[in-house]
Amino acid sequence: MLKKLVKNTYISAIILFLYFPLFLLVYLSFNDAQYSNQWHQFSLQWFKELFNDKQLIDSLVNSLILAFFSSLIATFNSVIATTLLVLQRSHKLLQKFLLIPSFLIILPDLILGVGFLIILNVLNIPFGFISLLIAHITFCMPFIIFSIIAKIKLFNRNYYLASLDLGASKFYTWRKVIMPILSPAIISAFFLGFTLSFDDVIISYFVAGPEFNILPLTIFGMIRNGATPELNALCTMTLLFSLILIIIAQYKLRKS
Amino acid sequence: MPSTPLIQIKNLEKAYGKHVILKNLSFNIFSGEFLTLLGPSGCGKTTLLKLISGFETPCKGIIKIDNVTVNNLPPQKRNVHTIFQNYALFPHMNVFENVAFSLRCKNIDNQIVISKVHAALQLVELSHFGNRNIQELSGGQQQRVAIARAIINQPKILLLDEPLSSLDYQLRKKMQMELKNLQKRLNMTFIFVTHDQEEALTMSDRIIIFNQGKIEQIGSPYDIYENPRNLYVAQFVGETNIFNITVQSMTNEHIYTKISGVTICCKRPFNACNGDPMHLLIRPENISVYHADKIENLTNKLVGTIIDITYKGPTIDLNVLLESGQIVATSEFFDEDHEKIDYKLHEQVYLEWPVGWEVLLPYEH
Amino acid sequence: MNTKNIFPKIIVSWLLIFSLLPAIMLVGISLLTPDISSMVHLPVTFSHYKNLIDPLFFRIAVRSFFLAGLTTFFCLLLAYPFAFFILNISHKSLVIILILIPFWTSSLIRTYAMVDLLKWHGTINNILLKLHLISTPLSLLYSNYAVLTGLVYNLLPFMILPIYNGMQSIDQKCIDAARDLGATRLQIFVKVFWPQSQKGVINGVLMVLLPAMTLFYIPNILGGAKSILIGNLIQNEFIFLNNWPQGAATSTFLSIILVIFFGISQSKGMKN
Repeated sequence: MLKKLVKNTYISAIILFLYFPLFLLVYLSFNDAQYSNQWHQFSLQWFKELFNDKQLIDSLVNSLILAFFSSLIATFNSVIATTLLVLQRSHKLLQKFLLIPSFLIILPDLILGVGFLIILNVLNIPFGFISLLIAHITFCMPFIIFSIIAKIKLFNRNYYLASLDLGASKFYTWRKVIMPILSPAIISAFFLGFTLSFDDVIISYFVAGPEFNILPLTIFGMIRNGATPELNALCTMTLLFSLILIIIAQYKLRKS
Repeated sequence: MPSTPLIQIKNLEKAYGKHVILKNLSFNIFSGEFLTLLGPSGCGKTTLLKLISGFETPCKGIIKIDNVTVNNLPPQKRNVHTIFQNYALFPHMNVFENVAFSLRCKNIDNQIVISKVHAALQLVELSHFGNRNIQELSGGQQQRVAIARAIINQPKILLLDEPLSSLDYQLRKKMQMELKNLQKRLNMTFIFVTHDQEEALTMSDRIIIFNQGKIEQIGSPYDIYENPRNLYVAQFVGETNIFNITVQSMTNEHIYTKISGVTICCKRPFNACNGDPMHLLIRPENISVYHADKIENLTNKLVGTIIDITYKGPTIDLNVLLESGQIVATSEFFDEDHEKIDYKLHEQVYLEWPVGWEVLLPYEH
Repeated sequence: MNTKNIFPKIIVSWLLIFSLLPAIMLVGISLLTPDISSMVHLPVTFSHYKNLIDPLFFRIAVRSFFLAGLTTFFCLLLAYPFAFFILNISHKSLVIILILIPFWTSSLIRTYAMVDLLKWHGTINNILLKLHLISTPLSLLYSNYAVLTGLVYNLLPFMILPIYNGMQSIDQKCIDAARDLGATRLQIFVKVFWPQSQKGVINGVLMVLLPAMTLFYIPNILGGAKSILIGNLIQNEFIFLNNWPQGAATSTFLSIILVIFFGISQSKGMKN
């Protein structure tokens, strides 16, 4: 059973490697000390500072709003476009449609960001919420499109045909048959887009404006200015939030 | 059957690009009949179904339902419904909502919907299943819900696209009977697609045999089985032995030919002439096998050696090698009145069939 | 057929305007001259491309490739056994979720965590000092090593997941057949498993190599003056130096490298 021991040790080691720095931050977030990593005493002062940091909270809210609307619009567009195309069963048409999104997914954020900078400048679009929104919608769409297409391919076309056969119009079918069956896929695509937008650093770096602050850029600024342990508290909150999301997801999974 | 056909198909043609699926089809379907489209995969029977239901448009030809040309009528407007393979019951709705679907999309008053759904469910014997989820139903129950969903509009025609192919043997037999009985009770025209010839023979009033987009034969199960029109039909449905023969001499009622050195007498088909090449078909179950020592009269009997014996339960099947080198398949039922049928390998036996039980077909290349 | 599919056509047009058009403009701008007010103006010049052949740039480019290559190498080294080991363990989905959680935590925060670990008064130095393995703190931060560690730390999940997916799609029956024919475990691995896992490996490499060259905030935070990579260069040229043409030229260069890498990976994928 030495093999099993080696296996499990290795797996645990990698997981520890991934989590250790994060746990460190969590540990430090409760530490009453500004610069030192030595434990002084338990304190919630950094959390208090975090919640009182108006700029940070504002940028958090902004990021949430931006992520929500970008993902909403991107998901809406992607769903309609992909369902329309896949239902027509033209393989060639679908391949042609997917060329541009494939190209966009491969492109690194950096080049996309630079490209957005240029085109938004040329089109004279103001740099702020609008530029961010346009950029986020654009870069999220390819991911959402592929996520939905993967699930649509599993969709049994006979549901569509049966509905038409029974006398429903195409719109009624779309509304009452296709959308409900696809809704889990659509929701997970929305969350994918939301996460991508919320966490984006590089693209936002190039297209953000001075007025509308978003969280990643605020954090970036804080780190470069010599960070305060507020960020440790933020890390703790983020981990906690992810944990809660997972627990909710597992609960829902178990229910069905 | 009533005189005006319910569905008239004239010179129907359907192609995808250069690939022609259906060529110049013409036939009629009558009200209240159980018609089966039978053929191998890819022969065009599902395409024909889609043309009738409206999911495809013909390239050439006319489809008339109730004397109305429906070529350009979309599926929603034809009074035809389809039962799909795997039924396509909507997974996010329960049984009641599935059956009610076609009424709901016409915005029919709820009270009427309730009463009609209950009537349909009663007809398929699923009266208390309204609240069940689709995932909880067995295969047979799913089929019944699919039928209830389709007949609630009282269509004249129900199309069934291989609905039983995913069921296991026992369930399949049971559902075949159920479908047949349901069809009789509803007096609805059922057009049934299958590649299983046994299923077709069991259930149909008439069968259409398809091959690569052409109709080989239309007829009742008896016609198809006993009087196949060509080699394809003869070989597709049931098993048969084929002899290539030449007419050696004729009388008014009979023709005479030679198989493996033995003169055989057959009933004369109306267009036979001396010297004509023909195919002689005889089904294994129509051949009687005699042991060498039990023979009285040797005329019309082929002689051969047993090279294979298979016990199949109700029958015992032999492969007999004739002197000419051809192998003949026979199939005999066990009969309590006969003595125990006991064959040995390499035993010499005699084969015979009553005159007129054979089928003679013109020679095909 | 004209108003049919108008919606997908609109979507494609939108995506074209915001992706293909900028790409064309990028190349176009790289050939122009920088200008203070309007960003670019006319005389067409190849000077920006000439600058790319400059030894200074060359050094940065080589360092970037080298660092990205090392990152990919270490990620592969760590990820492949990991994916292999978790193939058949019991709580597979739990482990995968564990891998994904840091993935959801902002990359910036994870990089910041590295700062805390590596800094002068950081945890590693504290531990090493306490264990008396060193007498003065090591200068770990603001170096290429720190950047490498930061990159590997950030990108490891991106290597694990594609490799794992690739391994999962290997047909167990092939392995069973090999065992049935008498191959030893090592032979099965070398002749059956490893070749069939290549597709996942190639995907993983793609997902790590390219970002490793363009994630500019990691060298920004963890690196020193000597750790400028191509990504930082582009960032600087566009934002700080306002020299869009130069930035465009560097970006074009990077894009070409990208296309080459992608082409290599596709052809390798085809061969398999």
